[in-house]
Amino acid sequence: MKEANEHTQVKKEVPAQNGKEEVVIHAKGIKKSFGKKKVLKNISFDLKKGENIVVLGKSGQGKSVTIQCVVGMLQPDGGTLEVFGEDVTTMADDDLKQLRMKIGFLFQGGALYDSMTVRDNLEFPLTRVLKLKDQKEIDKKVEGVLDAVGLLDAIDKMPSDLSGGMRKRVGLARTLIVNPEIMLYDEPTTGLDPITSREISELINRLQRKYEISSIIITHDMECARITADRILVMDEGEYIAEGSYKELEKSDNEMVRSFFNEPA
Amino acid sequence: MKAQQELSGWRKWLEGIGDYVVFFTRFFRNIFTGGFEWSEFVRQCYEIGYRSMMLVGITSFIMGLVLILQLRPSLVDLGAESMLPKTLAVALIREIGPVITAIICAGKIASSIGAELGSMKVTEQIDAMEVSGANPIQYLVVTRVLATSIMIPLLTIIGDAIGLFGGFLALNFTDKISFSLYFNKCIASLDFSDLLPAVVKTVLFGFAVGFVGCYKGYHSDKGTESVGTAANSAVVTASLWIFIIDAIAVQITSLLFYK
Repeated sequence: MKEANEHTQVKKEVPAQNGKEEVVIHAKGIKKSFGKKKVLKNISFDLKKGENIVVLGKSGQGKSVTIQCVVGMLQPDGGTLEVFGEDVTTMADDDLKQLRMKIGFLFQGGALYDSMTVRDNLEFPLTRVLKLKDQKEIDKKVEGVLDAVGLLDAIDKMPSDLSGGMRKRVGLARTLIVNPEIMLYDEPTTGLDPITSREISELINRLQRKYEISSIIITHDMECARITADRILVMDEGEYIAEGSYKELEKSDNEMVRSFFNEPA
Repeated sequence: MKAQQELSGWRKWLEGIGDYVVFFTRFFRNIFTGGFEWSEFVRQCYEIGYRSMMLVGITSFIMGLVLILQLRPSLVDLGAESMLPKTLAVALIREIGPVITAIICAGKIASSIGAELGSMKVTEQIDAMEVSGANPIQYLVVTRVLATSIMIPLLTIIGDAIGLFGGFLALNFTDKISFSLYFNKCIASLDFSDLLPAVVKTVLFGFAVGFVGCYKGYHSDKGTESVGTAANSAVVTASLWIFIIDAIAVQITSLLFYK
């Protein structure tokens, strides 16, 4: 980490407990290889409660792999990865399932269940994960979260009838409906037009404030990073090479870091 | 170099078997854990059973019809024309009905399950289920495998009945035989040792079709091409398993019933 720890100031104030910032994800020295390819070489970061971290980096650098390790979809080859103080790498399946209930994961394409309507997509985690039975309560939650993402009108539509931006909003609503404490966004604005991208970025910010969520946002979109980031981590060849706020990294001496900020927004 | 390649081939093969065993264990464990997905199970029974009935019915009808037309000259030469209903019934119930129905279902159902789950994998829907804390094995695999294990035997029974009816019509092209006499002859020629093994093996055929379809879809690679590969591989592997199960079932049946 060439510039890491030089700029740790965050854009917004992060809630503190007993005068100390509560860390919800603690990663230290994470390593992950696929065959002979070392994707993550030495990844260390802390995500504090209520904080938005944006991870920038070229494609294939292991940004998504990092968040997949956080939810236990992938097992790191080495290092420590604690979520809410519990080591994810050694967790039993049932404990992992419990942990996942506190984490929301927004996939690149929204990953909506395409054989179900929007309503059924949103009811799925309520009935299967939270095991809710009361239909009135389920309807209220579904309508509430769809209203929050501005898609109440699409409640009975099929995913195939939705645009890319709408699918991402519904995907976001589906993850938020179980009230996660941490949100992991895998390229939330990729493939969207600039206006919709901006709307999604603002929605992420708005929902973070509303639900007091800590987030990791994987993106290439600098506008999204500017709007959402409290802190940005820049990744290159399996390591974080820089860390800081948007304004700080904008003035970075590192050519690789600067190359992101010189892109037309 | 060649030895290394061979070693890697064996390793892949063994890993594949290991994956099958792990997947089977996950499936089996999830049958008995709570939260059975009844609505999805009923939906799958409808999709697998009702939607395949027409195809199985037409094929079985033609099989019964053709078998009688093909058998008749040989049996007439032997002066055993009266044996036609019995021959058809035994051939259809013991072997042709179960195998043909299972092969049709391998083509129609295993491929569709493989493609559906494969595309769910590619579009990260299965990952989304898993990450949300829901149980994709319970929702996607258990329901489909149990539905095929129940519906394929039912389709076979319906197919056998339609096949026998096809045989009756074919027989009436040349000979006059009443419907009740024909069916009495068919049923009289069958006993417990014909029916039970046939039903048991169709349950295993159904399991193979559902399980292989789910396995291939669930383990497909990420990429649109892999959806086609999963569907294709599901059909080929399920068909192969049907013949292997059939060969074993026939041996066991012979040992138990036809000493």
